[in-house]
Amino acid sequence: MLAYTMRRLMVAVPTMLVIIAVAFFMMRLAPGSPFDTERALSPEIRAQLMTFYGFDKPLYIQFLDYLKGLATFDLGPSLIYKDQTVSEIIGSGFPVSMTIGLAALLLATCVGVPMGLFAALKQNSLPDYSIMAIAMAGICIPSLVVGPILSLVFGVYLGWLPTAGLDLGKMTFETLLLPVVTLSLAQIAIISRLVRSSAVEVLRSNFVRTARAKGLPEGQVLAKHALRAALLPLVSYLGPACAGLITGSVVVETVFQLPGIGKNFVTSALQRDYPVVMAVVVLYAGLIILLNLLADLAYGLLDPKVKYE
Amino acid sequence: MTLLTTPQEKAELLEAAVKGRSLWDDARRRLFRNKAAVGSMIVLGFLTLMAIFGPFFWPHDYETIYNDRVLEGPTWEHLHIFGTDPQGRDLFVRLLYGLRMSLAVGLVATGVSLLIGVIWGATAGYIGGRVDQIMMRIVDVLYALPFIFFVIILMVVFGRNLILIFVAIGAVEWLTMARIVRGQTISLRKKEFVEAAEAAGVTSSSIVTRHIVPNVLGPVVVYVTLTIPAVILTESFLSFLGLGVQEPMTSLGNLISIGAREMEIAPWLLIFPATTMMVTLFCFNFIGDGLRDAIDPRDR
Repeated sequence: MLAYTMRRLMVAVPTMLVIIAVAFFMMRLAPGSPFDTERALSPEIRAQLMTFYGFDKPLYIQFLDYLKGLATFDLGPSLIYKDQTVSEIIGSGFPVSMTIGLAALLLATCVGVPMGLFAALKQNSLPDYSIMAIAMAGICIPSLVVGPILSLVFGVYLGWLPTAGLDLGKMTFETLLLPVVTLSLAQIAIISRLVRSSAVEVLRSNFVRTARAKGLPEGQVLAKHALRAALLPLVSYLGPACAGLITGSVVVETVFQLPGIGKNFVTSALQRDYPVVMAVVVLYAGLIILLNLLADLAYGLLDPKVKYE
Repeated sequence: MTLLTTPQEKAELLEAAVKGRSLWDDARRRLFRNKAAVGSMIVLGFLTLMAIFGPFFWPHDYETIYNDRVLEGPTWEHLHIFGTDPQGRDLFVRLLYGLRMSLAVGLVATGVSLLIGVIWGATAGYIGGRVDQIMMRIVDVLYALPFIFFVIILMVVFGRNLILIFVAIGAVEWLTMARIVRGQTISLRKKEFVEAAEAAGVTSSSIVTRHIVPNVLGPVVVYVTLTIPAVILTESFLSFLGLGVQEPMTSLGNLISIGAREMEIAPWLLIFPATTMMVTLFCFNFIGDGLRDAIDPRDR
C-alpha cells in the first residue's frame, strides 16, 4: 500500500506540472494585461511595471521562475491589490470556501446516506418513489435557482437570516446556513441515488442471502454485512464530489457574496491578476489529486477484494 | 384452447415466432411503458418546437426595447404574458430565445464530447496495450484539472465567443464518455458471443458493426441524455457569472441571473426562466433514467 501511495504521488507530480503549464500559458498568451486600467499608463511606467514583475523576459523563463517560486511556496505579489501578497489573498478566502464546502459535504452525507438506504430497504414502494422524486428535484434544481429563492424567502420575506455578505474572519452559523444548504442540495440528491442503487444491488447479493439464511437478525445483516458494501461506491464518489463542490461554490459565493476563493478567482481572472488565478488553480488541482488518492486508499481499506499491486 | 383456424393467422404466428424481438425492440417497449419518460419526451418536444418556431409567431422581438413598459408584470395588455425585463423587453420571447440557446449549447457541446469521447475511448479499448495505457493516463491527468476554472479562464481570455462556449464545455465533458466507451469495448471483446462470432468465421468488421457498436451504444445513449442537462447547467453557471452568452442574445442562465438580481421587485423575472430551466432538466433526466432502465434493466 505504501508503494501504491508512492506511485500515485509520483504520477501526481507530472499531472500538476501539466496543469500549471496549461493554466500559465493560457493566461499569458491571451490578449489583455493586468495594467489595462481606466487611465492609460505612460509607456515608461508600463515598461517599468513589466520589468518589475518580470514580464519582459521570455515566457518560458517566466514559467521556470514561477515554478521556482512555487517550490518555495512563494506565490508572488498580487498585480491588482498592491498591498497584498497572493498568499494573503488565498489565506483569507480559503477558510471561507473550505468551511462551506466541508459543511455542505458533511450535511449531504448525513442526509443523503440515510435517505438512500431507506429508499433501498423500501424498494419500489411509496417512500422509495417519494425519496427518489426529491432526489431528482435536487439534481434538476440548480444552485443558481435555489440560492436566490432561499435568500428571497428566508432573508427578505421572513427576515430570519442575513441574505448576503460575510465580514472577513466572522463566520457565524446564520451567515453560513443558507450557502451551505444551497450547496449541499445537489450533493444530497446524488449521494442518495448512489447509495440507493448500490444498496439495492447489495441486498440482492449472495452474501446477504447467506447471512439471512444462517439466521442473523435483520438488523445485524444490515449493519454488519450490507452497510459496508453498500457504502463503498460512496467512498469513491467523495473524491470527485469535492470537485463538484468547488464548481458549486463559485456560484454560491457569488449569490451570497461571500469572500471565498471561488469569487476571488472570477474577479482575478477578469482583472488578469495572473498570480492569484494561478494560485487558485494550483491549490484546487492539488486538493483534487490528494482527495482522489485518499478516496482510493480508503476504498482499499474497506473493500477486501481490492489489492494494490 | 382456441384453435387457429385461418391459415393467415397461422402464418402470422409463425412469422412472429421466427422473427423474435431484438434487444432494441425490448428496450423501446420498456421505455414507452415508462410514463415519466414518455411524458418528458412530449413536454420536451413541445418546448423544443416552441423554442424553434415560437419567436416567428410572437409579436415582440427579443431585442426590441419598450421604454414605457419597463419591469411590467405579466399582463395580457400588449401580450406581455410573462412581463417585461428591466430594459423593457418582452420576457416571453426572450425566454424562448434563451431556451433555444440553452438547448443548442446542450446538444452541440454534447455532440462535441460524444465525438471526442467515442473515438478516444474506442481507439484505446480496441488497440489496447501500451497505446491504451498512454491514452487513458492522459484522461486521468485531465480528470484532475479543475475544469470549471479552465472554462472560466477560456471565456475571460478569449472573449465570450459562442462557438468557444460550445467547444469548451464539450471538451470538458468528453472524459467520462471516453472511459465508458473504452470499458465497454474491452469487456465486449472478451465476451462469449464475440468469441462465438469469431469462431463462426464472421469478419472483424462485421463483428464491430453487428456486435460491438450496438452494445456500446446503449450506455453511450444513456450517458448522452444525462450529459445534455449537465452541459445546460454548466452554460448557465457561466452565464450566471456573466461569462456566457452576451447581450442582447440570452440563455436560461443569463435570464436567471437577471431574475435573481431583480427578484425582490419583479419575481416573475426569476420564476419563469427558473421554471423553464427546471422543467427542461427534469425532462432530460427522466428520459435518461428511463433509457437506462430500458436498455439495462438490471436495477429494477
